[in-house]
Amino acid sequence: MSRRPRNRPPVDLAGTTDLPVLLPAADSLARRAARERELGAALPRLDWRHGLVLLAVLLVSAGVAQAQAGAGREPVLEVLLRWMPVLLRGFLFNIVISFLAMAVGTLIGTWLGLMQISLLPPVRVGSWFVTQFFRNAPWLVLLFYCMFLLPFEFRIGGLVIPFPDWIKATIGLSLPVLANVSEIVRGAVNSIPSGQWEASESLAFNRRQILWMIILPQCVKRMLPPWMNLYAILTMATVLASIVGVSEMMTQAGRVLAAEDRPDLLIPIYSFVLLCFFVYCYPIARWTVALERRFQVKL
Amino acid sequence: MDWSWAFDWARGLYHATGINLTFVYDSFDRDRLARGFMNTVYLSLICLALSMVIGVVGAWLQGSKLVWTRRIVQGYIQFFRNTPPLVQLYFFFFAIGSLMPTHENRFGFQEPMLDNFTWAVISLSFFAGAFNVEIFRSGIEAVPASTIEAAEALGYNRLQTYRYVVLPLAFRVCLPALNNNLVNLVKTTTLAYAIAVPEMLYMANQIWSDSVNVPETMTFLLFAYVFLVGLLVWAMHSWERALRMPGYGR
Amino acid sequence: MAWTPDQPLVSCKDVHKSFGAVEVLKGVSLDVAQGETICIIGPSGSGKSTLLRCINALVPIDRGSITVEGQEVHDPKLDKLALRRKVGMVFQQYNLFPHKSALQNVMMAPVTVLKQDRKEVEERAYRLLKKVRLSGKEQAYPGELSGGQQQRVAIARSLAMNPDVMLFDEVTAALDPETVKEVLVTIRELAEEGMTCLLVTHEMGFAREVADQIYFTDRGVIVEQGSPKEFFANAKDPRTQEFLSQIL
Repeated sequence: MSRRPRNRPPVDLAGTTDLPVLLPAADSLARRAARERELGAALPRLDWRHGLVLLAVLLVSAGVAQAQAGAGREPVLEVLLRWMPVLLRGFLFNIVISFLAMAVGTLIGTWLGLMQISLLPPVRVGSWFVTQFFRNAPWLVLLFYCMFLLPFEFRIGGLVIPFPDWIKATIGLSLPVLANVSEIVRGAVNSIPSGQWEASESLAFNRRQILWMIILPQCVKRMLPPWMNLYAILTMATVLASIVGVSEMMTQAGRVLAAEDRPDLLIPIYSFVLLCFFVYCYPIARWTVALERRFQVKL
Repeated sequence: MDWSWAFDWARGLYHATGINLTFVYDSFDRDRLARGFMNTVYLSLICLALSMVIGVVGAWLQGSKLVWTRRIVQGYIQFFRNTPPLVQLYFFFFAIGSLMPTHENRFGFQEPMLDNFTWAVISLSFFAGAFNVEIFRSGIEAVPASTIEAAEALGYNRLQTYRYVVLPLAFRVCLPALNNNLVNLVKTTTLAYAIAVPEMLYMANQIWSDSVNVPETMTFLLFAYVFLVGLLVWAMHSWERALRMPGYGR
Repeated sequence: MAWTPDQPLVSCKDVHKSFGAVEVLKGVSLDVAQGETICIIGPSGSGKSTLLRCINALVPIDRGSITVEGQEVHDPKLDKLALRRKVGMVFQQYNLFPHKSALQNVMMAPVTVLKQDRKEVEERAYRLLKKVRLSGKEQAYPGELSGGQQQRVAIARSLAMNPDVMLFDEVTAALDPETVKEVLVTIRELAEEGMTCLLVTHEMGFAREVADQIYFTDRGVIVEQGSPKEFFANAKDPRTQEFLSQIL
């Protein structure tokens, strides 16, 4: 129970600063908690082994299903292959939705984040309120809100802009994204030492110039990793659109299962769905880690 | 307390403007919403408690000498951290649920052994528990051996060292991460809608389907959630501030 | 056999201790009489800190004997609580409890371990903090204090247990040169008041001033010992001479 090393000499490795801080574990946990708070969600941490495990689950479950089904039925992998175009088209939907939601969320979120550091109190408080509102709302509720309350088409003069379900879902998903981007921007700007502001002010830059020429370029490094993490989280959240009936991959998987009516297909198909998400998200995760390392934003 | 003025006001609002707040003046809808709210709270609390237990047990197992025990815990954490919670829920409910035996209920129908609510509890507890394992582990690891030694030098026995020094310190280290996890959990309970658990979102859906007042119920629901989560976040942050150790961290 | 004050308060005889394959103490013997101040000096890794930890039963010894007031420290039946009440220890890294204020740090052990009356302990804690010149800092948390201040809180925390002997383990090694002095002044006052002190230190000037006996250890053995005067003036062993020539 006692964690005092009984078989090592009592050498104190805690460093020799005035503050004997808690051990690195405390530090990394605090840092992670702070970043997850900024991000508004738990950080995914993908590993190449996850892909291998998923592939193994897919193959083993297909094999087991095969053995149980007996000779008379179509092999599981063939069924999967037959439905693959449908499933992958669904997955394309996930990606398109994630791309658009991220683009919209980033554009609006960046402005919202900059408004949060405005010198005008009403702007600051207002944008803070909007940010907190969408951060605290569950993603699924926001999705429902947009699905049910946005019109199915917009009319501007004689022009009719149709609003299909997936566009509404995109808007619904971009709301939490923009709130979290806003927090990321605010956090990054606040992390730049005040000396940078003072130095630029002493060089007679105005506020707009300081922000755009000095502060924001330095922020990019700090914002990029959480922004990419947010994208990975968003991509995984696009499956929520299946609950509101968008024909993305999870919906299609459900339809395939209903059409085939074979319970033994359940695990192979779900693991295939997860595998697709893994193949897409893993490179992003790797890249994020590499960037974090390069920018020395330790986690 | 007499709420009839509020019911009258909501009824008047409907007649005057067409804004139909059935969940205020209609006792049936009101009860449904209240039940949904209670179920959301209930679901959150049970999952919170269970995920804590899973976290403690998992952290303990992770310190095991057996390689395979540690690997299994690690695999569990990896699965729940890196897959969408919705997929986890479906996996539990459809994949494992279909393997469970059924029994005959008093109307003569086959009924699954575990109901939807239980599956939601299991799935969400495992989801939140995966994060707790890592949090608790880091919390205990965060307390330096030298601090424990100092306590021992002052004559604390093991139990006292844990009670007065290790656990209070570890708890302070864990608290922010635990709070994130809790807030995340409350938001994730909405997913239980997907397997027809009568929580707040599901009940609201029933209300707007029956009473055809989608915008009113929806808006109320959104604000209710934002208020609920906001309150939780505020309370947790105040707690963190109260337990802050001056001079450590920001 | 009852202990009487004319016998050594702390007595180590042929103490051996290994960490794995590394033998850190290879037969160390030393005696400390009541009211005496002794300093242990020597190069890093010579086993000085380990010896202090053995005296406090924080680290079990392999062979030999250590007694404090006639009590065998490594007797399995020993009441460690009673021992640690008699032996106070101050660490290089202060090791204050960061979630408690300075006052609470001083009060915690007497209240929770010794179950003493809170009011009484509080009065004593105020007095002790005043003694280490930290009046006014009672409510400050460790994270808000400088290294030197934290170390003095740690000294007060040990004194609150009313120990008969104090062990100081390189208590100034982690401090800024300016704050070293304030801690040393506190220790000297303690020594002058008659507290039995064992110090492991690198502060040669201080050792020469306060110590009654100086022990020089190297690679797990005591190479040389003597009063500060003869020790610094004419060290006999070549290892001691080399060490002193590097330090002084």
